[in-house]
Amino acid sequence: MSLLEAQGISIAFGGLRALDGVGFAVDPGEVLAIIGPNGAGKTTLFNVVTGLYRAQAGEVRLEGRDVTGLPPHALAARGLARTFQNLQIFFRMSALENVMVGRHLRERRRLWAELLGLPSVLAENRESRARALELLAFVGLAERAEEPASSLPYGALKRLEIARALACEPKVLMLDEPAAGCNPVETEEIDRLILAIARKGTAVVLVEHDMKLVMRISDRVLVLDQGRLLAEGTPQEVRSDPRVIEAYLGRLGLEAAHAA
Amino acid sequence: MAPGTRMKLFVLGALALVLLLVPLLLPSAFHLRVAALVWINAVAALGLALLMGLAGQVSLGHAGFMGIGAYATALGPKHLGLDPLLSLGAGILLAGTLAFLVGRPILRLKGHYLAVATLGLGILVHLVLVSEVPITGGPDGIQVPRLELFGVRLVGPELWYWITGITLLLAAWLALNLEDSSTGRALRALHDSEIAAAVVGVDVARAKLVVFVIAAVYAALAGGLFALFNRFVTPDVAGFLRSIELVTMVVIGGMGSILGAVVGAALLTVLPQALTLFHDYEHAVLGLSIILFMVFLRQGIVPGLAALLARRRPA
Repeated sequence: MSLLEAQGISIAFGGLRALDGVGFAVDPGEVLAIIGPNGAGKTTLFNVVTGLYRAQAGEVRLEGRDVTGLPPHALAARGLARTFQNLQIFFRMSALENVMVGRHLRERRRLWAELLGLPSVLAENRESRARALELLAFVGLAERAEEPASSLPYGALKRLEIARALACEPKVLMLDEPAAGCNPVETEEIDRLILAIARKGTAVVLVEHDMKLVMRISDRVLVLDQGRLLAEGTPQEVRSDPRVIEAYLGRLGLEAAHAA
Repeated sequence: MAPGTRMKLFVLGALALVLLLVPLLLPSAFHLRVAALVWINAVAALGLALLMGLAGQVSLGHAGFMGIGAYATALGPKHLGLDPLLSLGAGILLAGTLAFLVGRPILRLKGHYLAVATLGLGILVHLVLVSEVPITGGPDGIQVPRLELFGVRLVGPELWYWITGITLLLAAWLALNLEDSSTGRALRALHDSEIAAAVVGVDVARAKLVVFVIAAVYAALAGGLFALFNRFVTPDVAGFLRSIELVTMVVIGGMGSILGAVVGAALLTVLPQALTLFHDYEHAVLGLSIILFMVFLRQGIVPGLAALLARRRPA
C-alpha cells in the first residue's frame, strides 16, 4: 500500500476526455514527476486528486482510506497540500500571514475563545507566527516576512506558496509547475527545496515542464499524453522511451533521436 | 507586544477617548442623543464591516436584521409579557438563526448570491412589519416599554449615551479579537482566493456562514438598542434605504477597518442632522458627498488617511 494512490481516474469536459483511466502511486520521501505535452491532463489530474474536480470514474486512496470526492479542505485535513500553476496568493495579506493561514488546521479555532481573545488564542497566534517565520526562512523569504504579498516578485511568490503548503505539515505535497516562469537561479533554489522536503519524509508529486529539473530530482516519472498514461519509470527509462520522444517531438523527433 | 495586540489597543484606546470627550465638548441632550444614535449604528456597521471587509461578502438587507432585533424588543413585552432585555436576547437569537438558515445554502455558492438573497430577506422583513398591523402596529410604528434593571428605570440621554457607547466598545473589542485569530485570517484569505484557502484546510462555506451570523447578531443587537433608546420603532428601521445606508457606512469608512465602520456610521448619522439646513436637498447632498468620497478616497476614510500619513512620514 502506497501513501497516496490514484487509480483509473477518468474525467471528461463536454465531449473531451481529459483523463482516461490514469493512475499513480507515491510513497513517503519519494519525488514523483508528472510530465507530458500541453493538454496532456497533468493539472486536471492534480485537480481531481486534490478535490477541486470530481472524476467520473476512478478512486483516490490516502493511507489506504478511500478519499475520492472529498472536498479540498477535508483532504487537507488528511495530509494533502498543494500549490498552483497560476499563483493563488492572499494578496491583501503579508507574506507571514499567508503562511500563517497554512497553519489553519493546526489551530483549534474555537469561535468563543477567538471572540474573547483568550490567552490560549494569543498563545496559538504566537506559535503560528513562529512556525510561519521558520518556514519563510526555509524557503529563503525570512527578511520579507512583513511585506505585503502583493509587493513580492514572481519567484518569491512561488516559494511563498510552497511555504504555505508546508505549514499544513502535509504527508503529500503536490506542486503544480513550481519552477514555471523562474530564472535558472530561482529554479535551482526550488530544486534544493524539493529535495530537502522529500528528505524529511514528505511525498512530493510535481507537474513540471522544466525537463532538466525533472531529471535531476525525480525518483520516478509519469508521462501523460492526451489524457492517457504513456510511460512510467525512472528518469533514465523515460528519457529513452521512444513513445515519450514521439509524444514530445513527433515522428520527426523520433527519427532525429535515432539519427543522433 | 505582538503587532495584533498593539493594533487592538490603539483602536480601542481611540474609541474610548472619543467616548470620553464627546460629553465634555457637547454636553447638550440633543448632542448626546445624536451620539448615542451614532454608537448604535456603528454596532450594526461593525458587524457588516466584518462580513464585507474580512470575507468580501455583501448583505443588502442588513436592516432586516436590525428590524428583527428592534421589533422583538418592542413586541416581546407587549404580546408575550416578556422582559424587554429578554426580548432583545430572543430577537438576537432569531436574527442569528435566520441568518444561519438563509446563509447555509447560499454561501456554498461562489459570488455575490448572498447580496441578492439578503436583499429579498430585507424586503420580506419590512413587508411583514408594515402589513401585520394587529401584531406590529403597521406603518405607524409601535411604542417600546421603558427598560428597567433591578427596579431602576433606565432613562435620560446621558445614561443611554453610556449604555450604547460601552456596547460599541465591547462590540469593537470582539471584532478586533476575531480579526486577530485563526478564523479572522481564514476569512481574509478566502476573500483573496477561496481555492487556496480551501486547500490549506479552510472550510470556506462554514467560515463565511460564521461571519454572516455574527454580522446578523450585531445588527439585531443594534436594532434592539435602538428600540430601547428611542422607545418607538417604525418599519423604516428595517427598510431598504437603511440597508443601503449601512453598506455605505462600511464603504465610506473603509472596508475591513473597524475604526472605519465607526467613522462611516458617524458621518452618515450626523450628516443628515447637519443637512436639515439644506432641507429639500438633504438626500442630494448626501448622495453627492458619497460620490465625492468614492472618487477621492476610494479605500475609505480611515485606510485612506492612514495611507496618506504613512506617505508623509519620512521612511
